Amino acid sequence: MSEAHSGVVAHQFDDAQQQQETASLGMWSFLITEVMMFGALFTGYAYYKTLFPEAYFEGSRHLDYRIGAINTAVLICSSLTMALAVHAAQISKRKATIVFLLLTILLGSIFLGVKVFEYSDKFEHNLVPGRNFSLDAYDETVNPRNVELFFCFYFIMTGLHAAHMIIGITILGILVILAWRHRFSSEYHAPVEMTGLYWHFVDIVWIYLFPFLYLIGRG
Amino acid sequence: MSNTALTEPAENYLTAGYGLKSWLLTTDHKRIAILYLITITVFFAIGGFFAVLIRMELLTPQGDLVGSDTYNKLFTLHGLVMIFFFLVPSIPAVLGNFLIPIMIGARDLAFPRINLLSWYILVIGGTVSFAVILFGGVDTGWTFYTPYSSTYSKTSVSLVAIGVFITGFSSILTGLNFAVTIHKMRAPGMTWFRLPLFVWAHYATSLIMLLGTPVVAIAILLVLLERVFGVGIFDPALGGDPVLFQHLFWFYSHPAVYIMILPSMGVISELVCCFTRKRVFGYSFIAFSSLAIAVLGFLVWGHHMFVSSQSIYAGMVFSVLTMLVAIPSAIKVFNWTATMYKGSISYETPMMYTFGFVGLFAIGGLTGLFLGTLGVDVHVHDTYFVVAHFHYIMVGGAIMGYLGGLHFWWPKITGRLYNEAWAKLSAVLIFIGFNLTFFPQFLVGYLGMPRRYHVYPEEFQIFHVLSTAGASLLAVAYVFPTFYLIYSFFKGEKAGANPWGATGLEWQVPSPPTTFNFETTPVVTEEAYEYSKREAQVV
Amino acid sequence: MSHQVVPLRVYYLIFATLILMTLITVEVAFWNLGLLTFWVALGIASFKATLVVLYFMHVRYAHQVVWLFAATGFVFLVILLVLTLNDPLTRGWQFQAEDPGMSIFMLR
Repeated sequence: MSEAHSGVVAHQFDDAQQQQETASLGMWSFLITEVMMFGALFTGYAYYKTLFPEAYFEGSRHLDYRIGAINTAVLICSSLTMALAVHAAQISKRKATIVFLLLTILLGSIFLGVKVFEYSDKFEHNLVPGRNFSLDAYDETVNPRNVELFFCFYFIMTGLHAAHMIIGITILGILVILAWRHRFSSEYHAPVEMTGLYWHFVDIVWIYLFPFLYLIGRG
Repeated sequence: MSNTALTEPAENYLTAGYGLKSWLLTTDHKRIAILYLITITVFFAIGGFFAVLIRMELLTPQGDLVGSDTYNKLFTLHGLVMIFFFLVPSIPAVLGNFLIPIMIGARDLAFPRINLLSWYILVIGGTVSFAVILFGGVDTGWTFYTPYSSTYSKTSVSLVAIGVFITGFSSILTGLNFAVTIHKMRAPGMTWFRLPLFVWAHYATSLIMLLGTPVVAIAILLVLLERVFGVGIFDPALGGDPVLFQHLFWFYSHPAVYIMILPSMGVISELVCCFTRKRVFGYSFIAFSSLAIAVLGFLVWGHHMFVSSQSIYAGMVFSVLTMLVAIPSAIKVFNWTATMYKGSISYETPMMYTFGFVGLFAIGGLTGLFLGTLGVDVHVHDTYFVVAHFHYIMVGGAIMGYLGGLHFWWPKITGRLYNEAWAKLSAVLIFIGFNLTFFPQFLVGYLGMPRRYHVYPEEFQIFHVLSTAGASLLAVAYVFPTFYLIYSFFKGEKAGANPWGATGLEWQVPSPPTTFNFETTPVVTEEAYEYSKREAQVV
Repeated sequence: MSHQVVPLRVYYLIFATLILMTLITVEVAFWNLGLLTFWVALGIASFKATLVVLYFMHVRYAHQVVWLFAATGFVFLVILLVLTLNDPLTRGWQFQAEDPGMSIFMLR
């Protein structure tokens, strides 16, 4: 492995170790801002669920939980492949790094593809908030306008999540190119680790989104 | 620590590279601080311009200078500009950026390029927001309450929402940079409890920037989505609750006021020690009180919503919590006062601003307790009492701290001394002008004058006339520093490394510092503010 | 955080647990647990998230500061949720008020 391709230590750092630890702390700082950002949406979601729970249950029943479950499994698989990619980079296994990064991209893309299918399905069933929205409610006591509010959250939250996935996949693509160019090794693999942190975080958001959007009101 | 920087080095950060590119593409935290200084001064002038128009309109009880719609736009833009584009960046972006690496013994911040990016984001966000002025302004109030902002207002809410959303990232990235830097880049021997209290204050501020800003970003994004795409969670027709917006908005905007005051308190700690030539009383209490303010500040936002129809139980909880957050602020005031007791006080300009700060912040803070008391707030909410309260803290507190700090570190930043006579005169005029502007507002607010109104009963006019007179004096007084500080930059007497004889690593390096701050990494062996251990070395 | 290389079998074990918990959360959603439903779902999701944070994100092996940052994010999220929800959850509460001035709070 050529050491000429290991990362240069920037001037403000004393050594590579400090640089690595600082990068990690920087990424964690960014992730806690993301926690608060998605957290604000979860708060809004929970707020209205408190005010009209029945409308939320109604809305959830119009989502296909099997597709949601499959997507959850897909994302968990992608977290595994991401962790394996980081592992491979840590022990200077270039080919394995590239393979696992590509698998992660593939699984992430499958997730997004399924979401596209789900969204277009919503259009067909008139469940998109706005002019499109009309409801055949399972529960007639429920106000359809409130159910429309549930779907506002569905689209905004999964939409923001999907946007994060797209950004993540883009960054993974860049990592593949860099890995192909021998940029990573056991001395220098911080970008792969940092991207891993980001990817796992996006997975965690979905771990919460899935039960609270797809699985409520089923009991 | 011995003072080795008695001779001015051949090259410093100001002379290391000329030309626009060397400034606009710099990663030197000190140059970025200068970029911020220029930018926020421009923003302050814009916000001040709107204030002038407001005060001119309020001279007479009738709505004669401007119509109601225009008046709504004036106070909205004044608030937006002053809060998001001046106060939130101010001390952290200028003094924090310049000083934190030097104070902790580092060559730069942890992420210098992100630091530059923060500045560009502020400029872009500001440009977008100010473009709004060309498109007819915004009339929602800086608080953007729904459903007016999300559905009914016909003004450029979307554009300004985009501008503020973008600007939020400048704050987040600055907080990220500071927090990581303070954790990871301290020089050997610079333990947490040897840090200057200025650094502690900025650490606490960074926490707020990181944890609070994303929430208001989402609140604004949701308003934007509602206006542009009709996907609305605040839409009353869908069962949307305006109070939810207020929760999400104030979750940030209350801690934001601590973003605006904590750095200023950090400055005051430095100034008190230097100009009383004493170690601060209760160092760890002040350090922990900064953290306490940051944490407790996140628990009280509902006190802005006592009359908004949140549940009465929630109102009671927030009222009680609000009482708690006053405690750490009070601890600071007591400790600064105790520091001054039996100290050797001198009255240079920074110390004059310090006295101004302590007195005016005390008044502002105490009136906050009135407002935090649920029963009293019912009567004074949305009156000029509130306006006076927050201006006492923001202007009497935060801006005094900013000016005091700017004067204190000006020799370090520029290598020049300003004219002390003009500086003292300005400080006095600002103090007088400020009190004349805002003290009458406590009175007229308590008597029932609502905020955001420009037509009012005759009997309130005397208060408004006094207030406008004060504002005129204040406006003129604010212009003075611009002149004598800029003059000093070119023609002022050259300053040595330590003109005040202060402690702290920043006074151990030349004025102005070199690009990488230290030739060799310093090793810290003494506690902060060791004024008693050595002779005051004025260099 | 830096060069801790986690053994692969740990990753596979965590992966299997996550998949298993996903199946469980789907199954449990169809049980009639009344008020407990929400808490069970939250508990399972939080357990999964904790596993991802500790093992996939290496917090288990990392410097204390990393743990502090992760915990801080979580704590403030809880503050946001609890203090906000405090409002709609107590909207229906009635207070015995002789003082008519209090009645303005009986909105909604």
